[in-house]
Amino acid sequence: MIATLIQRPFAFRRSWSRCLFGLLLFLPMSLSADEPLVADLDNHLVAITAGFTGEELLLFGTMQGDGDIVVVVHGPKQDIVARRKDRVAGIWMNTESVLFKGVPSFYSVATTAKTGLDLPASALRRHQIGLENIRLLTDDIISEKTYDFFAASVLRSKMAIGLYSPDAGIVERRGRQLFRASVMIPTNVPVGTYTVETLLVRDGQIAAAQTTPLFVNKEGFGAQVFRTAHMQPALYGIAAILIAALAGLAANWIFQKL
Amino acid sequence: MYIYLPIAEMSVNIFLVLGMGAGVGVMSGIFGVGGGFLMTPLLIFLGVPAPVAVGTGANQIIASSVSGVLAHWRRGNVDLMMGLMLLSGGVVGSTLGVFVFKFLQTLGQIDLVIKLSYVIFLGIIGALMMAESLRSLLRSHRKTSGRMQRKLHQHNWMHGLPLKFRFRKSKLYISLLLPIGIGFLVGILTAIMGVGGGFVMVPAMIYLLGMPTNVVVGTSLFQIIFVSANATFLQATLNQTVDVVLAMLLLVGGVIGAQIGTKLGAKLKGEQLRSLLAIMVLLVSGKLLFDLVITPDDLYSIVTVGEKAGLP
Repeated sequence: MIATLIQRPFAFRRSWSRCLFGLLLFLPMSLSADEPLVADLDNHLVAITAGFTGEELLLFGTMQGDGDIVVVVHGPKQDIVARRKDRVAGIWMNTESVLFKGVPSFYSVATTAKTGLDLPASALRRHQIGLENIRLLTDDIISEKTYDFFAASVLRSKMAIGLYSPDAGIVERRGRQLFRASVMIPTNVPVGTYTVETLLVRDGQIAAAQTTPLFVNKEGFGAQVFRTAHMQPALYGIAAILIAALAGLAANWIFQKL
Repeated sequence: MYIYLPIAEMSVNIFLVLGMGAGVGVMSGIFGVGGGFLMTPLLIFLGVPAPVAVGTGANQIIASSVSGVLAHWRRGNVDLMMGLMLLSGGVVGSTLGVFVFKFLQTLGQIDLVIKLSYVIFLGIIGALMMAESLRSLLRSHRKTSGRMQRKLHQHNWMHGLPLKFRFRKSKLYISLLLPIGIGFLVGILTAIMGVGGGFVMVPAMIYLLGMPTNVVVGTSLFQIIFVSANATFLQATLNQTVDVVLAMLLLVGGVIGAQIGTKLGAKLKGEQLRSLLAIMVLLVSGKLLFDLVITPDDLYSIVTVGEKAGLP
Protein backbone atom coordinates (compact mmCIF):
# COMPACT_ATOMS: atom_id res chain seq x y z
CA MET A 1 0.00 0.00 0.00
CA ILE A 2 2.82 2.29 0.88
CA ALA A 3 4.52 1.39 -2.37
CA THR A 4 1.55 2.62 -4.39
CA LEU A 5 1.64 5.83 -2.40
CA ILE A 6 5.29 6.33 -3.21
CA GLN A 7 4.84 5.81 -6.92
CA ARG A 8 1.70 7.87 -7.20
CA PRO A 9 2.50 10.50 -9.79
CA PHE A 10 2.50 14.19 -8.99
CA ALA A 11 -0.14 14.91 -11.61
CA PHE A 12 -2.75 13.09 -9.59
CA ARG A 13 -2.59 15.49 -6.69
CA ARG A 14 -2.56 18.49 -8.98
CA SER A 15 -5.72 17.47 -10.79
CA TRP A 16 -7.32 16.70 -7.47
CA SER A 17 -6.56 20.11 -6.00
CA ARG A 18 -7.71 21.80 -9.19
CA CYS A 19 -10.97 19.96 -8.82
CA LEU A 20 -11.28 21.20 -5.24
CA PHE A 21 -10.51 24.70 -6.39
CA GLY A 22 -13.29 24.42 -8.93
CA LEU A 23 -15.60 23.32 -6.18
CA LEU A 24 -14.61 26.39 -4.18
CA LEU A 25 -15.42 28.69 -7.09
CA PHE A 26 -18.72 26.98 -7.59
CA LEU A 27 -19.78 27.23 -3.96
CA PRO A 28 -20.86 30.90 -3.75
CA MET A 29 -23.20 30.43 -6.69
CA SER A 30 -24.97 27.56 -5.06
CA LEU A 31 -25.49 29.39 -1.76
CA SER A 32 -29.02 28.89 -0.61
CA ALA A 33 -30.95 27.98 2.50
CA ASP A 34 -30.06 24.32 2.22
CA GLU A 35 -26.31 24.91 1.79
CA PRO A 36 -24.93 21.86 3.62
CA LEU A 37 -21.69 23.47 4.80
CA VAL A 38 -20.41 27.03 5.13
CA ALA A 39 -17.18 27.84 6.94
CA ASP A 40 -14.84 30.80 7.17
CA LEU A 41 -11.88 32.13 9.10
CA ASP A 42 -12.07 35.29 11.19
CA ASN A 43 -8.87 36.43 9.50
CA HIS A 44 -7.31 35.33 6.23
CA LEU A 45 -3.99 37.03 6.74
CA VAL A 46 -1.39 36.22 9.37
CA ALA A 47 1.25 38.94 9.43
CA ILE A 48 4.63 37.96 10.87
CA THR A 49 5.91 41.22 12.31
CA ALA A 50 8.81 41.95 14.68
CA GLY A 51 6.71 41.05 17.72
CA PHE A 52 5.14 37.88 16.24
CA THR A 53 4.62 35.15 18.84
CA GLY A 54 2.13 32.99 16.99
CA GLU A 55 -1.54 33.57 16.35
CA GLU A 56 -4.80 31.84 17.12
CA LEU A 57 -7.35 32.00 14.32
CA LEU A 58 -11.04 31.22 14.67
CA LEU A 59 -12.72 28.98 12.14
CA PHE A 60 -16.52 29.09 12.26
CA GLY A 61 -19.38 27.87 10.16
CA THR A 62 -22.74 26.23 9.87
CA MET A 63 -23.80 22.81 8.73
CA GLN A 64 -27.13 21.27 7.73
CA GLY A 65 -28.26 18.02 9.27
CA ASP A 66 -26.19 15.46 11.14
CA GLY A 67 -22.60 14.49 10.65
CA ASP A 68 -19.10 15.26 11.80
CA ILE A 69 -16.95 18.23 10.89
CA VAL A 70 -13.25 17.80 10.08
CA VAL A 71 -10.91 20.75 9.67
CA VAL A 72 -7.54 20.09 8.01
CA VAL A 73 -4.92 22.87 7.77
CA HIS A 74 -2.03 22.46 5.30
CA GLY A 75 0.97 24.73 5.07
CA PRO A 76 2.75 25.49 1.78
CA LYS A 77 4.58 22.50 0.33
CA GLN A 78 8.29 21.96 0.92
CA ASP A 79 10.94 19.53 -0.21
CA ILE A 80 12.47 17.81 2.79
CA VAL A 81 15.61 15.74 3.14
CA ALA A 82 15.49 13.21 5.95
CA ARG A 83 18.82 11.83 7.09
CA ARG A 84 19.83 8.95 9.30
CA LYS A 85 22.86 8.96 11.56
CA ASP A 86 25.11 5.93 11.89
CA ARG A 87 28.10 5.35 14.09
CA VAL A 88 31.22 5.86 12.00
CA ALA A 89 34.56 5.50 13.79
CA GLY A 90 32.94 6.12 17.15
CA ILE A 91 30.97 9.24 16.27
CA TRP A 92 27.47 9.61 14.91
CA MET A 93 27.29 11.08 11.43
CA ASN A 94 24.62 11.42 8.73
CA THR A 95 24.76 8.59 6.22
CA GLU A 96 21.62 7.56 4.34
CA SER A 97 19.14 10.20 3.16
CA VAL A 98 15.76 10.35 1.43
CA LEU A 99 14.28 13.36 -0.41
CA PHE A 100 10.55 13.86 0.12
CA LYS A 101 8.84 16.19 -2.33
CA GLY A 102 5.84 18.43 -1.73
CA VAL A 103 5.53 17.77 1.99
CA PRO A 104 3.12 20.12 3.82
CA SER A 105 5.27 22.47 5.90
CA PHE A 106 2.51 22.75 8.49
CA TYR A 107 -0.31 20.38 9.33
CA SER A 108 -3.07 20.28 11.88
CA VAL A 109 -6.41 18.53 12.03
CA ALA A 110 -9.47 18.99 14.25
CA THR A 111 -12.80 17.19 14.39
CA THR A 112 -16.09 17.00 16.22
CA ALA A 113 -15.85 13.21 16.30
CA LYS A 114 -15.03 11.89 19.76
CA THR A 115 -14.25 8.36 18.64
CA GLY A 116 -12.77 7.87 15.19
CA LEU A 117 -14.34 9.16 12.00
CA ASP A 118 -16.91 7.18 10.09
CA LEU A 119 -14.84 7.19 6.91
CA PRO A 120 -13.14 4.44 4.89
CA ALA A 121 -9.34 4.41 4.86
CA SER A 122 -9.26 5.50 1.22
CA ALA A 123 -11.19 8.70 1.99
CA LEU A 124 -8.95 9.45 4.98
CA ARG A 125 -5.93 9.10 2.74
CA ARG A 126 -7.39 11.15 -0.07
CA HIS A 127 -8.11 14.07 2.24
CA GLN A 128 -4.98 13.46 4.32
CA ILE A 129 -6.94 13.24 7.54
CA GLY A 130 -4.65 12.28 10.40
CA LEU A 131 -0.85 12.34 10.61
CA GLU A 132 -0.51 8.81 9.24
CA ASN A 133 -2.31 9.89 6.06
CA ILE A 134 -0.11 12.84 5.17
CA ARG A 135 1.23 12.26 1.68
CA LEU A 136 5.00 11.84 1.72
CA LEU A 137 6.18 11.27 -1.83
CA THR A 138 9.68 10.43 -2.92
CA ASP A 139 11.37 9.63 -6.22
CA ASP A 140 14.18 7.83 -4.42
CA ILE A 141 14.28 4.10 -4.96
CA ILE A 142 14.16 2.57 -1.50
CA SER A 143 12.67 -0.44 0.20
CA GLU A 144 9.29 -0.19 1.86
CA LYS A 145 10.89 -0.66 5.26
CA THR A 146 13.36 2.17 4.69
CA TYR A 147 10.51 4.36 3.46
CA ASP A 148 8.54 3.68 6.63
CA PHE A 149 11.45 4.61 8.89
CA PHE A 150 12.22 7.82 7.02
CA ALA A 151 8.57 8.85 6.64
CA ALA A 152 8.05 8.33 10.37
CA SER A 153 11.10 10.46 11.08
CA VAL A 154 9.64 13.35 9.05
CA LEU A 155 6.43 13.23 11.12
CA ARG A 156 8.42 12.97 14.35
CA SER A 157 10.72 15.89 13.53
CA LYS A 158 7.82 18.07 12.39
CA MET A 159 5.98 17.30 15.63
CA ALA A 160 9.08 18.04 17.69
CA ILE A 161 9.27 21.58 16.30
CA GLY A 162 5.52 22.07 16.66
CA LEU A 163 4.66 22.27 12.95
CA TYR A 164 2.55 19.10 12.97
CA SER A 165 0.13 18.68 15.85
CA PRO A 166 0.34 15.15 17.22
CA ASP A 167 -3.33 14.86 18.22
CA ALA A 168 -6.50 15.92 16.49
CA GLY A 169 -7.91 19.17 17.90
CA ILE A 170 -11.53 19.73 18.83
CA VAL A 171 -14.21 21.29 16.68
CA GLU A 172 -16.95 22.47 19.05
CA ARG A 173 -20.61 22.25 18.16
CA ARG A 174 -22.87 25.16 19.10
CA GLY A 175 -26.42 23.93 18.95
CA ARG A 176 -27.49 21.92 15.91
CA GLN A 177 -25.95 24.01 13.16
CA LEU A 178 -23.04 26.12 14.35
CA PHE A 179 -19.50 24.91 14.85
CA ARG A 180 -16.22 26.57 15.71
CA ALA A 181 -12.57 25.57 16.01
CA SER A 182 -9.39 27.41 16.81
CA VAL A 183 -6.47 27.16 14.42
CA MET A 184 -3.12 27.74 16.12
CA ILE A 185 -0.37 29.27 14.00
CA PRO A 186 2.91 28.85 15.92
CA THR A 187 5.80 31.32 15.85
CA ASN A 188 8.09 29.28 13.57
CA VAL A 189 5.63 28.79 10.66
CA PRO A 190 6.93 29.17 7.15
CA VAL A 191 5.39 31.92 5.01
CA GLY A 192 3.14 31.17 2.06
CA THR A 193 -0.39 30.19 1.21
CA TYR A 194 -2.10 27.77 3.56
CA THR A 195 -5.29 25.88 2.86
CA VAL A 196 -7.94 25.29 5.48
CA GLU A 197 -10.16 22.44 4.36
CA THR A 198 -13.48 21.95 6.12
CA LEU A 199 -15.22 18.63 5.48
CA LEU A 200 -18.68 17.43 6.42
CA VAL A 201 -18.69 13.68 7.01
CA ARG A 202 -22.02 11.88 6.86
CA ASP A 203 -22.95 8.23 6.33
CA GLY A 204 -19.38 7.10 5.79
CA GLN A 205 -18.59 9.62 3.08
CA ILE A 206 -17.67 13.25 2.52
CA ALA A 207 -20.99 15.02 2.09
CA ALA A 208 -19.59 18.49 1.55
CA ALA A 209 -16.23 20.24 1.49
CA GLN A 210 -15.00 23.79 1.54
CA THR A 211 -11.48 25.13 1.16
CA THR A 212 -10.50 28.50 2.57
CA PRO A 213 -7.11 30.03 1.80
CA LEU A 214 -4.97 31.53 4.54
CA PHE A 215 -2.00 33.76 3.81
CA VAL A 216 1.00 33.91 6.09
CA ASN A 217 3.28 36.81 5.20
CA LYS A 218 6.19 38.60 6.74
CA GLU A 219 5.47 42.27 7.20
CA GLY A 220 7.24 45.38 8.34
CA PHE A 221 10.93 45.63 9.08
CA GLY A 222 11.54 41.88 9.33
CA ALA A 223 10.03 41.27 5.89
CA GLN A 224 12.24 43.94 4.39
CA VAL A 225 15.32 42.38 5.97
CA PHE A 226 14.37 38.93 4.69
CA ARG A 227 13.60 40.22 1.19
CA THR A 228 16.82 42.23 0.97
CA ALA A 229 18.87 39.27 2.19
CA HIS A 230 17.49 37.09 -0.59
CA MET A 231 17.03 39.57 -3.44
CA GLN A 232 20.11 41.76 -2.89
CA PRO A 233 22.51 39.48 -1.04
CA ALA A 234 25.64 41.48 -1.91
CA LEU A 235 24.10 44.75 -0.77
CA TYR A 236 22.80 43.05 2.37
CA GLY A 237 26.23 41.62 3.17
CA ILE A 238 27.92 45.00 2.79
CA ALA A 239 25.24 46.67 4.91
CA ALA A 240 25.65 44.01 7.62
CA ILE A 241 29.42 44.64 7.68
CA LEU A 242 29.03 48.44 7.82
CA ILE A 243 26.43 48.26 10.59
CA ALA A 244 28.68 46.02 12.68
CA ALA A 245 31.76 48.18 12.06
CA LEU A 246 29.88 51.38 12.96
CA ALA A 247 28.47 49.71 16.08
CA GLY A 248 32.02 48.80 17.09
CA LEU A 249 33.21 52.40 16.52
CA ALA A 250 30.24 53.77 18.45
CA ALA A 251 30.84 51.42 21.36
CA ASN A 252 34.48 52.41 21.53
CA TRP A 253 33.63 56.11 21.41
CA ILE A 254 30.96 55.82 24.11
CA PHE A 255 33.13 53.86 26.53
CA GLN A 256 36.02 56.25 26.01
CA LYS A 257 33.79 59.07 27.20
CA LEU A 258 32.65 57.16 30.27
CA MET B 1 9.49 40.59 25.35
CA TYR B 2 9.93 38.67 22.12
CA ILE B 3 11.39 39.71 18.80
CA TYR B 4 11.11 37.90 15.50
CA LEU B 5 14.42 37.12 13.78
CA PRO B 6 13.80 37.46 10.04
CA ILE B 7 16.57 35.17 8.78
CA ALA B 8 16.58 32.60 11.57
CA GLU B 9 12.76 32.61 11.18
CA MET B 10 11.97 32.30 14.86
CA SER B 11 11.03 34.45 17.84
CA VAL B 12 13.44 34.89 20.70
CA ASN B 13 13.29 36.64 24.03
CA ILE B 14 15.16 39.94 23.64
CA PHE B 15 16.56 39.85 27.17
CA LEU B 16 17.80 36.29 26.80
CA VAL B 17 19.78 37.22 23.68
CA LEU B 18 21.04 40.49 25.22
CA GLY B 19 22.07 38.54 28.32
CA MET B 20 23.84 35.93 26.24
CA GLY B 21 25.70 38.66 24.35
CA ALA B 22 26.66 40.30 27.64
CA GLY B 23 27.78 37.00 29.20
CA VAL B 24 30.02 36.14 26.26
CA GLY B 25 31.16 39.79 26.17
CA VAL B 26 32.30 39.58 29.81
CA MET B 27 34.26 36.42 28.96
CA SER B 28 35.90 38.02 25.94
CA GLY B 29 36.71 41.15 27.95
CA ILE B 30 38.38 39.10 30.67
CA PHE B 31 40.28 36.74 28.40
CA GLY B 32 40.93 38.94 25.35
CA VAL B 33 39.42 36.54 22.83
CA GLY B 34 36.50 37.28 20.50
CA GLY B 35 34.12 34.91 22.24
CA GLY B 36 32.76 33.58 18.96
CA PHE B 37 33.67 30.05 19.98
CA LEU B 38 31.22 30.34 22.89
CA MET B 39 28.59 32.39 21.07
CA THR B 40 28.02 30.02 18.15
CA PRO B 41 27.38 26.89 20.28
CA LEU B 42 25.12 28.98 22.57
CA LEU B 43 23.06 30.19 19.62
CA ILE B 44 22.71 26.64 18.33
CA PHE B 45 21.62 25.60 21.81
CA LEU B 46 18.99 28.38 21.73
CA GLY B 47 17.49 26.80 18.60
CA VAL B 48 18.97 29.09 15.96
CA PRO B 49 19.77 26.93 12.89
CA ALA B 50 23.51 26.12 12.88
CA PRO B 51 24.23 27.84 9.53
CA VAL B 52 22.51 31.05 10.71
CA ALA B 53 24.39 30.91 14.02
CA VAL B 54 27.66 30.66 12.07
CA GLY B 55 26.89 33.45 9.58
CA THR B 56 25.58 35.79 12.25
CA GLY B 57 28.48 35.01 14.57
CA ALA B 58 30.92 36.22 11.91
CA ASN B 59 28.95 39.46 11.56
CA GLN B 60 28.86 40.12 15.29
CA ILE B 61 32.61 39.55 15.63
CA ILE B 62 33.31 42.52 13.30
CA ALA B 63 31.80 44.89 15.85
CA SER B 64 33.65 43.52 18.86
CA SER B 65 36.96 43.41 16.96
CA VAL B 66 36.60 47.01 15.72
CA SER B 67 35.85 48.13 19.26
CA GLY B 68 38.80 46.17 20.65
CA VAL B 69 41.39 47.02 18.03
CA LEU B 70 40.96 50.77 18.51
CA ALA B 71 41.94 50.47 22.16
CA HIS B 72 45.01 48.44 21.22
CA TRP B 73 45.93 50.79 18.37
CA ARG B 74 46.15 53.72 20.78
CA ARG B 75 48.59 51.76 22.93
CA GLY B 76 50.69 50.90 19.86
CA ASN B 77 49.96 47.19 20.17
CA VAL B 78 49.18 46.51 16.51
CA ASP B 79 51.89 45.19 14.18
CA LEU B 80 50.47 46.41 10.89
CA MET B 81 52.81 44.44 8.59
CA MET B 82 52.22 41.21 10.49
CA GLY B 83 48.48 41.93 10.45
CA LEU B 84 48.48 42.44 6.68
CA MET B 85 50.34 39.17 6.09
CA LEU B 86 47.92 37.24 8.33
CA LEU B 87 45.10 39.02 6.56
CA SER B 88 46.19 38.11 3.03
CA GLY B 89 46.22 34.44 4.03
CA GLY B 90 42.99 34.88 5.98
CA VAL B 91 40.99 36.33 3.10
CA VAL B 92 41.91 33.41 0.84
CA GLY B 93 41.25 30.93 3.66
CA SER B 94 37.86 32.32 4.64
CA THR B 95 36.74 32.46 0.99
CA LEU B 96 37.69 28.83 0.56
CA GLY B 97 36.00 28.06 3.89
CA VAL B 98 32.65 29.51 2.80
CA PHE B 99 32.68 27.39 -0.36
CA VAL B 100 33.59 24.32 1.69
CA PHE B 101 30.71 25.25 4.01
CA LYS B 102 28.26 25.40 1.11
CA PHE B 103 29.50 22.10 -0.26
CA LEU B 104 29.22 20.34 3.12
CA GLN B 105 25.75 21.83 3.57
CA THR B 106 24.56 20.07 0.42
CA LEU B 107 26.17 16.83 1.63
CA GLY B 108 24.35 17.12 4.96
CA GLN B 109 27.59 17.00 6.93
CA ILE B 110 27.90 20.66 7.92
CA ASP B 111 26.66 20.21 11.49
CA LEU B 112 29.11 17.38 12.07
CA VAL B 113 32.02 19.34 10.61
CA ILE B 114 31.18 22.41 12.70
CA LYS B 115 31.02 20.32 15.87
CA LEU B 116 34.12 18.25 15.06
CA SER B 117 36.15 21.39 14.32
CA TYR B 118 35.11 22.73 17.70
CA VAL B 119 36.01 19.50 19.50
CA ILE B 120 39.43 19.25 17.85
CA PHE B 121 40.49 22.87 18.12
CA LEU B 122 39.05 23.61 21.52
CA GLY B 123 40.54 20.34 22.80
CA ILE B 124 44.05 21.05 21.50
CA ILE B 125 44.09 24.70 22.55
CA GLY B 126 42.52 24.02 25.93
CA ALA B 127 45.10 21.34 26.67
CA LEU B 128 47.99 23.56 25.52
CA MET B 129 46.81 26.50 27.61
CA MET B 130 46.21 24.29 30.60
CA ALA B 131 49.72 22.85 30.42
CA GLU B 132 51.23 26.29 29.93
CA SER B 133 49.36 27.92 32.79
CA LEU B 134 50.10 25.02 35.14
CA ARG B 135 53.79 25.34 34.29
CA SER B 136 53.82 29.07 34.92
CA LEU B 137 51.84 28.66 38.14
CA LEU B 138 54.45 26.17 39.36
CA ARG B 139 57.26 28.48 38.23
CA SER B 140 55.86 31.49 40.05
CA HIS B 141 55.67 29.39 43.22
CA ARG B 142 59.31 28.34 42.98
CA LYS B 143 60.44 31.85 42.05
CA THR B 144 63.18 30.61 39.73
CA SER B 145 65.43 33.34 38.41
CA GLY B 146 66.62 31.63 35.23
CA ARG B 147 63.85 33.24 33.21
CA MET B 148 65.71 36.38 32.32
CA GLN B 149 68.38 34.51 30.39
CA ARG B 150 65.86 32.93 28.00
CA LYS B 151 65.92 33.96 24.37
CA LEU B 152 63.01 35.91 22.92
CA HIS B 153 61.93 32.67 21.28
CA GLN B 154 63.30 29.30 20.29
CA HIS B 155 64.70 28.81 16.80
CA ASN B 156 63.49 25.83 14.80
CA TRP B 157 62.81 24.58 11.25
CA MET B 158 60.31 27.40 10.64
CA HIS B 159 63.12 29.92 10.68
CA GLY B 160 64.69 28.22 7.67
CA LEU B 161 61.82 29.11 5.32
CA PRO B 162 62.48 31.55 2.46
CA LEU B 163 61.12 35.12 1.97
CA LYS B 164 62.33 36.39 5.32
CA PHE B 165 61.11 39.74 6.53
CA ARG B 166 61.84 41.89 9.57
CA PHE B 167 58.70 42.60 11.64
CA ARG B 168 59.78 45.54 13.81
CA LYS B 169 56.95 45.73 16.31
CA SER B 170 56.99 41.97 16.85
CA LYS B 171 60.81 41.93 17.04
CA LEU B 172 60.87 39.01 14.62
CA TYR B 173 62.87 38.10 11.50
CA ILE B 174 60.84 35.32 9.92
CA SER B 175 59.50 34.11 6.58
CA LEU B 176 56.39 35.83 5.21
CA LEU B 177 55.01 32.36 4.48
CA LEU B 178 54.46 31.67 8.18
CA PRO B 179 51.91 34.40 8.97
CA ILE B 180 50.26 33.89 5.54
CA GLY B 181 49.91 30.16 6.23
CA ILE B 182 48.54 30.65 9.74
CA GLY B 183 46.15 33.32 8.44
CA PHE B 184 44.96 30.92 5.75
CA LEU B 185 44.21 28.08 8.18
CA VAL B 186 42.47 30.36 10.66
CA GLY B 187 40.49 31.90 7.78
CA ILE B 188 39.03 28.50 6.91
CA LEU B 189 38.03 28.04 10.55
CA THR B 190 36.41 31.47 10.62
CA ALA B 191 34.12 30.56 7.78
CA ILE B 192 33.27 27.04 8.91
CA MET B 193 32.99 27.65 12.64
CA GLY B 194 31.63 31.22 12.65
CA VAL B 195 34.39 32.36 14.95
CA GLY B 196 36.90 35.17 14.61
CA GLY B 197 39.59 32.60 15.18
CA GLY B 198 41.17 34.60 18.00
CA PHE B 199 41.33 31.54 20.20
CA VAL B 200 43.38 29.75 17.54
CA MET B 201 45.24 32.81 16.27
CA VAL B 202 46.47 34.07 19.64
CA PRO B 203 48.17 30.82 20.74
CA ALA B 204 49.54 30.32 17.22
CA MET B 205 51.12 33.78 17.25
CA ILE B 206 52.60 33.27 20.70
CA TYR B 207 53.77 29.67 20.40
CA LEU B 208 54.41 29.23 16.65
CA LEU B 209 55.57 32.68 15.59
CA GLY B 210 57.03 33.66 18.95
CA MET B 211 55.49 37.14 18.96
CA PRO B 212 55.63 39.19 22.17
CA THR B 213 52.33 38.87 24.05
CA ASN B 214 51.56 42.59 24.14
CA VAL B 215 51.21 42.94 20.36
CA VAL B 216 49.49 39.60 19.84
CA VAL B 217 45.92 40.49 20.83
CA GLY B 218 45.83 43.82 18.97
CA THR B 219 47.31 42.34 15.79
CA SER B 220 45.01 39.35 15.91
CA LEU B 221 41.96 41.59 16.36
CA PHE B 222 43.12 43.81 13.49
CA GLN B 223 43.14 40.99 10.99
CA ILE B 224 40.01 39.34 12.41
CA ILE B 225 37.98 42.43 11.42
CA PHE B 226 38.74 41.90 7.76
CA VAL B 227 38.59 38.12 7.73
CA SER B 228 35.21 38.06 9.45
CA ALA B 229 33.96 40.88 7.19
CA ASN B 230 34.91 38.71 4.22
CA ALA B 231 33.20 35.68 5.78
CA THR B 232 30.08 37.76 6.52
CA PHE B 233 29.91 39.02 2.95
CA LEU B 234 30.31 35.56 1.46
CA GLN B 235 27.87 33.91 3.89
CA ALA B 236 25.33 36.62 3.04
CA THR B 237 25.73 36.28 -0.72
CA LEU B 238 26.14 32.50 -1.01
CA ASN B 239 24.05 31.12 1.84
CA GLN B 240 21.81 33.99 3.05
CA THR B 241 22.55 33.03 6.63
CA VAL B 242 23.40 36.41 8.19
CA ASP B 243 20.69 37.69 10.53
CA VAL B 244 21.38 41.39 11.15
CA VAL B 245 18.65 41.68 13.77
CA LEU B 246 20.21 38.87 15.81
CA ALA B 247 23.70 40.29 15.24
CA MET B 248 22.62 43.73 16.52
CA LEU B 249 21.09 42.26 19.67
CA LEU B 250 24.20 40.18 20.34
CA LEU B 251 26.64 43.02 19.81
CA VAL B 252 24.73 45.47 22.02
CA GLY B 253 25.00 42.97 24.87
CA GLY B 254 28.51 42.04 23.75
CA VAL B 255 30.13 45.47 23.82
CA ILE B 256 28.66 46.29 27.24
CA GLY B 257 29.78 42.92 28.59
CA ALA B 258 33.26 43.36 27.11
CA GLN B 259 33.77 46.62 28.97
CA ILE B 260 32.72 45.04 32.26
CA GLY B 261 34.93 42.04 31.51
CA THR B 262 37.98 44.18 30.81
CA LYS B 263 37.64 45.80 34.25
CA LEU B 264 37.13 42.43 35.96
CA GLY B 265 40.08 40.96 34.06
CA ALA B 266 42.41 43.66 35.33
CA LYS B 267 41.84 42.40 38.88
CA LEU B 268 42.86 38.82 38.12
CA LYS B 269 46.37 37.42 37.65
CA GLY B 270 47.48 36.34 34.18
CA GLU B 271 48.09 32.70 35.13
CA GLN B 272 44.76 32.40 36.90
CA LEU B 273 43.05 33.89 33.87
CA ARG B 274 44.66 31.48 31.50
CA SER B 275 43.91 28.42 33.58
CA LEU B 276 40.27 29.54 33.93
CA LEU B 277 39.99 30.03 30.19
CA ALA B 278 41.64 26.66 29.62
CA ILE B 279 39.09 24.96 31.88
CA MET B 280 36.22 26.66 30.08
CA VAL B 281 37.55 25.76 26.65
CA LEU B 282 38.07 22.13 27.70
CA LEU B 283 34.53 21.95 29.11
CA VAL B 284 32.95 23.23 25.88
CA SER B 285 35.05 20.82 23.86
CA GLY B 286 34.23 17.89 26.17
CA LYS B 287 30.51 18.60 26.00
CA LEU B 288 30.52 18.73 22.20
CA LEU B 289 32.52 15.51 21.96
CA PHE B 290 30.17 13.82 24.43
CA ASP B 291 27.20 14.79 22.22
CA LEU B 292 28.87 13.29 19.17
CA VAL B 293 29.72 10.01 20.86
CA ILE B 294 26.57 9.15 22.81
CA THR B 295 23.70 7.66 20.85
CA PRO B 296 21.41 10.54 19.85
CA ASP B 297 17.76 10.56 20.97
CA ASP B 298 16.65 10.47 17.37
CA LEU B 299 18.89 8.97 14.71
CA TYR B 300 16.88 10.75 12.04
CA SER B 301 16.80 14.45 11.26
CA ILE B 302 15.17 16.55 8.55
CA VAL B 303 16.21 19.62 6.59
CA THR B 304 14.08 21.73 4.28
CA VAL B 305 15.76 22.21 0.92
CA GLY B 306 15.54 25.04 -1.57
CA GLU B 307 13.00 27.01 0.41
CA LYS B 308 12.39 30.37 -1.19
CA ALA B 309 8.79 30.75 -0.07
CA GLY B 310 7.53 34.20 0.76
CA LEU B 311 9.50 35.97 -1.89
CA PRO B 312 7.57 38.29 -4.17
